[in-house]
Amino acid sequence: MNAMLKPESAEPVAAAVVADDKPARRPRRPLAANSSARARQQVSATALKIIAPLVGAALLVLVWQIITMKNSAFPTPAATLDEAIKLFSDPFYRNSPNDQGIGWNLLASLQRVGVGFGLAALVGIPLGFLIGRVQFVSAMFSPIISLLKPVSPLAWLPIGLLVFKSANPAAIWSIFICSIWPMIINTAIGVQRVPQDYMNVARVLNLSEWKVLTKILLPSALPFVLTGVRLSIGTAWLVIVAAEMLTGGVGIGFWVWDEWNNLNVPHIIIAIGSIGLVGLLLEQALMALARAFTYEQVSN
Amino acid sequence: MEDKFIDIEGVEMVFHTRKGVFHALREIDLKVAKGEFITLIGHSGCGKSTLLNLIAGLLKPTDGVLLCANREIAGPSPERSVVFQNHSLLPWLTCYENIYLGVERVFGAAETKAQLKERTMAALALVGLTHAETKRPHEISGGMKQRVGIARALAMEPKVLLMDEPFGALDALTRAHLQDELLKIVAATKSTVVMVTHDVDEAVLLSDRIVMMTNGPAATIGEIVDVRLERPRDRVALASDAKYMEYRTAVLEFLYRKQAHPAKAA
Repeated sequence: MNAMLKPESAEPVAAAVVADDKPARRPRRPLAANSSARARQQVSATALKIIAPLVGAALLVLVWQIITMKNSAFPTPAATLDEAIKLFSDPFYRNSPNDQGIGWNLLASLQRVGVGFGLAALVGIPLGFLIGRVQFVSAMFSPIISLLKPVSPLAWLPIGLLVFKSANPAAIWSIFICSIWPMIINTAIGVQRVPQDYMNVARVLNLSEWKVLTKILLPSALPFVLTGVRLSIGTAWLVIVAAEMLTGGVGIGFWVWDEWNNLNVPHIIIAIGSIGLVGLLLEQALMALARAFTYEQVSN
Repeated sequence: MEDKFIDIEGVEMVFHTRKGVFHALREIDLKVAKGEFITLIGHSGCGKSTLLNLIAGLLKPTDGVLLCANREIAGPSPERSVVFQNHSLLPWLTCYENIYLGVERVFGAAETKAQLKERTMAALALVGLTHAETKRPHEISGGMKQRVGIARALAMEPKVLLMDEPFGALDALTRAHLQDELLKIVAATKSTVVMVTHDVDEAVLLSDRIVMMTNGPAATIGEIVDVRLERPRDRVALASDAKYMEYRTAVLEFLYRKQAHPAKAA
């Protein structure tokens, strides 16, 4: 709603001066004062947005540098940067199944997350709707969900290995398990929190269950569902690294473990940075998606 | 039948809340004629909205019966459409789509798409919002939202139009404007209207009868004022009308002398 109030109140003033086509001595001084105040504001905003993060990063590198001076096994920032440039100049090579570029490893992990997460969404979101809408179903599943939700997804890995008899589906299985809970729970909450006003509208209009679902529940619960999706993908990205360390194959988690066995510490640090970056991008993408689908709720 | 289009007999409403039992309404008896404009007025918490929700079918009475056109009110229905206090438009639908949703439900089985579209556009035109067809609720003003809410309710051609403080959240000028529009619309459609309000002038200006409720808990109908003012009514002319002042005083007398609001219930 506040988006309608434009913050740059100086703009229309300037436009009016031009339109009047008069020398207009008087507005000039307040305008100048205004623009200098704005410039100052912009400088402080830039300081906060760009300079502060840079200072933080510099501090981190400094601490890192100090650590490397005390511990010779730890690579210096400069050495790590050299390694990173080497790694990322050829991210997609394939020498052998166990020796592939970092790009392939990241993509393999992303693919597992995508499949496990997608399946979880297919099951979890409709189930969440059902739980939110039908009290009996809610009472049926709530104890089970409460019991299973705190279990580490890695505890499910052996079950996956047992059932699927292969590492890759087992890793996907643990991703599925860890992503499904936030989606079920958030969807159910979203459906339960649909404002009573909307439900009254549905009752007075005597809408069919299908219309209630598509015109009221779905759009109203969508921001909650997307929150669930965002939490899920965050957890999934956390879990995949651990799962791959256990299952092996291609993947960034396995790659980290492999480089540890090779005692290639710079690569491990680069992997940590890359995992963080990918996670950040996933989160940002879903935040943007959530913003696009958030509506103003009932208000006077 | 005409003089008891809506027939409320011996209605009691008791809520079982977490804090205990709350007796909201007792011994409500009211008959509303077809085409009559009724306002319910009373202090906050006197259960006037509860009574409206009972007529809407959104609530079921603990005891007693409510009839509409000789049929028991068993639940909400488009034939008793409601204009909600906070407009309750769906924010993800355009004004057109908000109205179309109800039109489609009521007439969808019998009419073509073109006819449904025509009905929707006619409802928008009725409240003077043809230009806002493709706007979403957050893009229009509070008064416009309320008008869309009224259009949505009217488009379903209800037997009864129920309004829960429809103009309560609007500024005085917008409110006056919408009251005038409502008077015109009701005169044209000959709708039966039950409206909840807390505005004395609004009640006198709009109603055929003003139903004044006593303070809760266990509120009931205290007095009913018959407003015998010629229609069409003109607010400016009425402002100095002796009969108008008399009705206004009667309502004020009831609200602030006989039913002075207990301080604790604020």
